[in-house]
Amino acid sequence: MRDIDVGIIKDKIKEMCIEANCILNDDIYCSIQKARDIEKSEIGKDILNQIIKNADLAKQKLKPICQDTGMAVVFIEAGQDVHFINGNINDAINEGVREGYKEGYLRKSVVNDPILRVNTFDNTPAVIHYYITAGDKVKITVAPKGFGSENMSKIYMLKPSEGIEGIKKSVLKTIEAAGSNPCPPMVVGVGIGGNFELSAILAKKALLRDIRIKSDKEHIRQLEEELFEKANRLGIGPQGLGGNSTVLGINIETFATHIAGLPVAVNISCHVTRHRECII
Amino acid sequence: MVLITGIIYTARDAAHKRMLENYEKGIALPFDLKDQSIYFAGPSPAKPGEVIGSAGPTTSSRMDSYSPKTIELGVTVMIGKGARDKGVIEAMKNYGAVYIGAVGGAGALISECIKKCEIVDYSDLGSEAVYKLEVENFPGIVIIDSRGNNLYETEPLKYKTYDI
Ligand code: SF4
Repeated sequence: MRDIDVGIIKDKIKEMCIEANCILNDDIYCSIQKARDIEKSEIGKDILNQIIKNADLAKQKLKPICQDTGMAVVFIEAGQDVHFINGNINDAINEGVREGYKEGYLRKSVVNDPILRVNTFDNTPAVIHYYITAGDKVKITVAPKGFGSENMSKIYMLKPSEGIEGIKKSVLKTIEAAGSNPCPPMVVGVGIGGNFELSAILAKKALLRDIRIKSDKEHIRQLEEELFEKANRLGIGPQGLGGNSTVLGINIETFATHIAGLPVAVNISCHVTRHRECII
Repeated sequence: MVLITGIIYTARDAAHKRMLENYEKGIALPFDLKDQSIYFAGPSPAKPGEVIGSAGPTTSSRMDSYSPKTIELGVTVMIGKGARDKGVIEAMKNYGAVYIGAVGGAGALISECIKKCEIVDYSDLGSEAVYKLEVENFPGIVIIDSRGNNLYETEPLKYKTYDI
């Protein structure tokens, strides 16, 4: 057994909330530059230049890249030989979020209840996913997610007979329907298989993968490439004002599924796709 | 492309909802809507020494159910991001209003053109409060004009080479 003080987890979460919101990940930054270089629309090019300038400024001033600093999504993968000490892990995570959003001057965008809607003023609670893994390490991933893009996400329960064509259609239709709303260029996470809720979690996890790294399954890699190419021919373009940069990346995660089903979840994200991870 | 200089007011859905409910009840609004510009935005908090935090636009469609009324009450300019529905565009044509797009996700850059920021009302809504902003050369694109011309409809078609 390895003892881990939950205070360390709290501090890490705090740092990661601030860093993720102010410093754009390399993969996204490079892909925006690449998109700018090949964008055919003049307005589109200008918008992508503003987006790059914005990311530079945010990093330099340690200011949020986007004012929607999101709801904090936290993944904890805890080794089975870990023993958390000095407090409750759930409370420690929320305390880390609370401190991060306060000290980082991040926006508090969480309401206490979906119907009563009173702001909690500290961006808690976070959405937390726990996994037990082998070993004595803890991997923490923090992924703040804005809702301009979250609201454009969809789940489809396809029939197996709809097959790969049905999957392609679902993903591309979701991107087209999202249009100008999720601040394109978008990043798209797709979850295929599992069941209703797992497909959505897979889609979220797909957003955590570096967009330069393709799936290690050959048929999925091909699907990622085809969807990327087709999505960029839909015409939506930067901010929905036309162009050939509609998506920066499409990542797909899969899982086994039931003989009767083909769940497909599409988690739409934006050019401010944020995540940080660390291993303790 | 336009550059906006002058006073604009922020309001998101919660502020719109409250403003219109108050209007029905005869309660005074945080500002007179006549000939004003509303920026659909909820900035992040200012650090010490800063005027404002990041302050980009939010998705305008969440205001679609409120905008026809605010336009009727005098709003002439709306600034946000993303498509608007038919009801809003009809009201824009009837009363003469324009919809300007700011770059979504460029909140740090946009904050550089905000010279003054004061909270006007609804501070209990946190980032959804109504702020009065003094802006200088705030960059925007007229996406829907008062005749209903809509760049979201016309521009993407020029680049579309794939039909689902
Ligand atoms: S969709 Fe992304 S870039 Fe746009 S406002 Fe939301 S978080 Fe910011």
